[in-house]
Amino acid sequence: MARKVSTQRKWVATIAAWAIAFVIFFPILYTIITSFKTESEAIAGISLIPSGTLENYFEVQSQRDYFKPFMNSVVISVGSTLIALLIAIPSAWSMAFSPTKRTKDVLMWMLSTKMMPAVGVLVPMYLLFRDTGLLDTRLGLTIVLTLINLPIVIWMLYTYFREIPGEILEAARMDGASLFNEIVYVLTPMAVPGIASTLLLNIILAWNEAFWSIRLSAANAAPLTAFIASFSSPQGLFWAKLSAASTLAIAPILIMGWFSQRQLVRGLTFGAVK
Amino acid sequence: MGNIVLDKVSKSFGATTIIPQLDLEIENGEFVVFVGPSGCGKSTLLRLIAGLEDTSGGSIKIDGRDVTAEPPAKRKLAMVFQSYALYPHMTVRNNIAFPLKMAGQDKAAIDRKVSDAARVLNLTNYLDRRPGQLSGGQRQRVAIGRAIVRQPSAFLFDEPLSNLDAALRGTMRLEISELHYQLKTTMIYVTHDQVEAMTMADKIVVLNAGNIEQVGSPLELYRSPRNLFVAGFIGSPKMNFIEGAEAAKHGASTIGIRPEHIGISKTAGEWKGKVGVAEHLGADTFLHVHTDNLGTINVRASGEVGIHHGDTVYLTPDPSKLHRFGAEGMAL
Repeated sequence: MARKVSTQRKWVATIAAWAIAFVIFFPILYTIITSFKTESEAIAGISLIPSGTLENYFEVQSQRDYFKPFMNSVVISVGSTLIALLIAIPSAWSMAFSPTKRTKDVLMWMLSTKMMPAVGVLVPMYLLFRDTGLLDTRLGLTIVLTLINLPIVIWMLYTYFREIPGEILEAARMDGASLFNEIVYVLTPMAVPGIASTLLLNIILAWNEAFWSIRLSAANAAPLTAFIASFSSPQGLFWAKLSAASTLAIAPILIMGWFSQRQLVRGLTFGAVK
Repeated sequence: MGNIVLDKVSKSFGATTIIPQLDLEIENGEFVVFVGPSGCGKSTLLRLIAGLEDTSGGSIKIDGRDVTAEPPAKRKLAMVFQSYALYPHMTVRNNIAFPLKMAGQDKAAIDRKVSDAARVLNLTNYLDRRPGQLSGGQRQRVAIGRAIVRQPSAFLFDEPLSNLDAALRGTMRLEISELHYQLKTTMIYVTHDQVEAMTMADKIVVLNAGNIEQVGSPLELYRSPRNLFVAGFIGSPKMNFIEGAEAAKHGASTIGIRPEHIGISKTAGEWKGKVGVAEHLGADTFLHVHTDNLGTINVRASGEVGIHHGDTVYLTPDPSKLHRFGAEGMAL
């Protein structure tokens, strides 16, 4: 029997949910509001009504070209995601449909690499990048982001592929499909929602990645995360400009996230419901 | 054509042997049922024939051609799975057309064969639906449709009716038998349901722990089971087994008598007992009789009998229908 929920409780729950959502969203909202304030308004105290100036945006754009880090972010996040998918799809495929005794161990080992604090390998990574000439290059950052997100991508795809019944693939084999046809006509169409949500989630993860991007890039390859960081400069903190830079940095991913909500929700709860 | 020969076929998964070594010949056009309890290796055997599992030893020949090392697609077999295994993203039409498309047939031929199959299986009105919009029986028919358009050498059915409710199971059983009469193609059918085996098969292969216990027509198996396992497995309700002094009287270590071969009387007979549960089905009455020395004996009486729980009754087995088994469990 369905559990009965009184109207009153529904109201309480709805209000609570909106309140929590508002608290979570508030920093982003306040960043956007602050970006429309003057610097003196920004340090004056908490106020939700800005003067509406666009000065910060012009200032940010004139001081540092927004377009360059934006393109860096796009190239690095999309590039690293596509490379990760290229590696992860066959890996997840073989682990889901042709597992061996060691498959679980391999999966756990991959996940374990995410448990180590990144700063633990900062020095060797930096030296490797310096010696191979990858410092401050898009290629270098793409490689790093591919590698750090690969375990999550493989895990996500693995759980999606596991949900595809093996009998359907066997049926395709019985129906005369070659491995290629089996992948193109049967598996991929069935896995598309999973691949799409993995792609979207990974682009967001790569877009927001700051630790390695800031440390391994300077003028040339710096993505938007480094762009924001550059506004907390030795000259002091300019809250309004920093907010304008932040707003510009998160806007593209916020818009993408808005349009792909459905896939993302599934991506974020992956493995939770079988 | 659809002659299938298994020669010393074996299958192991790591250290676990599923099928030790097995020989079997299936004639062209036969309806063969593999039957046995869960885990007896019947599905594995079907998958070996299909090519979905690799054999650990021995060879499989289809129409004289050794296919042991060939992939499933090249064996010219079609399979109907327990879960139907339809392609959920394709319409019924595309599901049925898929094997033809894979075989590279032209569109006109595909359309003609799909509509033929749809007509035979009463699916014409559902061709543009997806599997998710169909009932269990309709899905099963689509799976069969996908199999018949290929015109395979043989059909393989892996417990195809076990996901259906009892009424639908009966209807589909008839439909598959009817299809066999129409197509006259070899069919291999795996089931654990011995009623399906008895009603559909030309030949039943009884499997136990990866070994063939007996091969024969349904009535051969019913009349002359080769050992205790087959005797107990074939027939419903199960055969009664009696050991000890009563068996020794017949020069056997175990005797078996089917519930329908025991006479029941309220006045006189060979074995005395008290009726426990009496199941009145109308056409038949199943009586569970607790005897003094022989344990519980199940009796099947035809029609309605005026015997109820707690009555004292006398049972008389039909001596011509008595099965005798030696110490090793083999029929004497």
